[in-house]
Amino acid sequence: MGEAIAFYTLSAFIIGFGVLVVSTKNTVHSVLFLVLNFLFVAALYVMLGAQFLAVIQILVYAGGIVVLYLFVVMLVNLKRPPESHHDPHRRTRLGLGLAAAVLVELVAIVAYGFAQPAAAPVAAAQSALPVSGNTEQVGWLLYTSYLIPFEIASMLLLVAMIGAIVLAKREL
Amino acid sequence: MINSFLVPLLKIVIVLNATLVGVTYMVLLERKVIAWAQSRLGPMRVGPYGVLQPIADAVKLMIKEDITPVRADKWVFTAAPIISMVPALIVYAVIPFGPEVSLFGRKVTLYITDINVGLLYIVSVTSVGVYGIILAGWASNSKYPLLASLRASAQLISYEVAVTLTLVSVILVSGSLSMVGIVNAQYNSRLWFAFIQPVAFLIFFIGGLAETNRAPFDLPEAEQELTGGFHTEYSGMRFALFFLAEYANMIVVSSVATTLFLGGWLRPFPNIAFLHFLDIIPSWAWFLLKSFLFLYIFIWVRATLPRYRYDQLMRLGWKVLIPLAIVNLLVTGIVKVLLLV
Amino acid sequence: MITPTHYMVLSAALFIIGVVGVMARRNIIIIFMSIELILNAVNINLVAFSAQLHDTVGQVFAIFVIAVAAAEAAVGLGIILAFYRNKETVNIDEMNLMRW
Repeated sequence: MGEAIAFYTLSAFIIGFGVLVVSTKNTVHSVLFLVLNFLFVAALYVMLGAQFLAVIQILVYAGGIVVLYLFVVMLVNLKRPPESHHDPHRRTRLGLGLAAAVLVELVAIVAYGFAQPAAAPVAAAQSALPVSGNTEQVGWLLYTSYLIPFEIASMLLLVAMIGAIVLAKREL
Repeated sequence: MINSFLVPLLKIVIVLNATLVGVTYMVLLERKVIAWAQSRLGPMRVGPYGVLQPIADAVKLMIKEDITPVRADKWVFTAAPIISMVPALIVYAVIPFGPEVSLFGRKVTLYITDINVGLLYIVSVTSVGVYGIILAGWASNSKYPLLASLRASAQLISYEVAVTLTLVSVILVSGSLSMVGIVNAQYNSRLWFAFIQPVAFLIFFIGGLAETNRAPFDLPEAEQELTGGFHTEYSGMRFALFFLAEYANMIVVSSVATTLFLGGWLRPFPNIAFLHFLDIIPSWAWFLLKSFLFLYIFIWVRATLPRYRYDQLMRLGWKVLIPLAIVNLLVTGIVKVLLLV
Repeated sequence: MITPTHYMVLSAALFIIGVVGVMARRNIIIIFMSIELILNAVNINLVAFSAQLHDTVGQVFAIFVIAVAAAEAAVGLGIILAFYRNKETVNIDEMNLMRW
């Protein structure tokens, strides 16, 4: 019961702020709504028992990536917002209608799939990891079974860092 | 019902009130200590030895006119001090003031809660606090605050990396992310982590000075620079909120440093039975004593050292502290593996 | 009773909102933020299934998604800044230097 209230409240906020991100004219407000969206998604992760991922979401996404977006928004802020001139070829209402149709289709597929009686057997036992506690389990997997993707992700971040510095420098 | 609802609520009320009162009196403490360092007396008029000065300050700030610049973004302008203050306050949810004691016949833990990712929670919440500074400068719709806020937030996020790396080496030594687990690890290892990880301690302290915009790293908000920094356009209670947020952040950094490096609520040499007479001082008093020592060192450093220039500051953060923190992490890992083998 | 179906519906809705943002907005920074919404929707899906099947692999994958999103945001914003220095615009309709 409490879980249902929490879920519906959190998802209302998540969807609400998501819509606000996409539809606000002021870019800075849009970025702030994105931060709030991420914070509520982190709360959803805590509800699902993924505490490590929740704090990583706040630390990296809300506290790092969106700060980067905010910096760039402040550096490129223009007097005339880009949506000010109307493009006659753009059919906004048709696009929104199609998006709604795709959403209804996705929801129907999901609901139909889960209404089948042959649902996946819910594994009641914990998976065979020798450690307990959410952070320890994630760490165990990252350093044993998924070590190679972990190292490749670190190389990716190094390359991205170098790339961002090179792109943003004024002269090489 | 009482255990799960009333007791935490009571703890929250006590901790929040103590924090806010402490923050208000930090202002007086700072003025007094800096005055004594400069061979003068500080505030002496209001109340005996100036003790009521913070109350006079609070009343003055509350009755001042609250000005909002004409074309400032009104909602963001109002929200920025709040976004600055709230992370500093909610960090106290995981800081342990003492172990489990029995109080009025029931067992009560002297911390509000102990989550299993406590240290990461602290780091993530303080990284959200950067938004207050960025948005304050932006929403003021004025050149100097914008530049100052970009400088201040760049400083904050640079030193966040160094501080987080030192925290990782502490986690490596203690084996646990929860704050209570780290204090217990210091009890088991018979040594405060300040002695096991001295480099991490030093980097954490310097990074903490930079994170809270304290001297010698207070260029973005000094009065002589950029006409007052990111809170130039703020007046009255909102300005007070920024200042209180800075002092609250200072107390948070002191508390976290105490818990991680100075043994938290443990008395010195907790395993030696010879010194059991030191147990008459309760655990939370040891915690407050150590935090107070840190706060005093913060103020002492402000009174003593000159200010860093901005490029020197960034160079220190990126080219000195981060490589040092990474090397420290490497050496800690190697030593841990060698000790196991 | 919150089944994984609920989480999948939430994830689908957030995904569609992100896709609408990518297609309907002209400010390239808003487009980037809508891509972040899409990545978040995928993460919610992964974590919901990780909770249902009691397998931590879903969370590990979500961590990788966050890492890749961080790298992509950094490089993408660097490109935007470099472009802005040359052409003074963030409107994607005007980013047509390579059109014949």
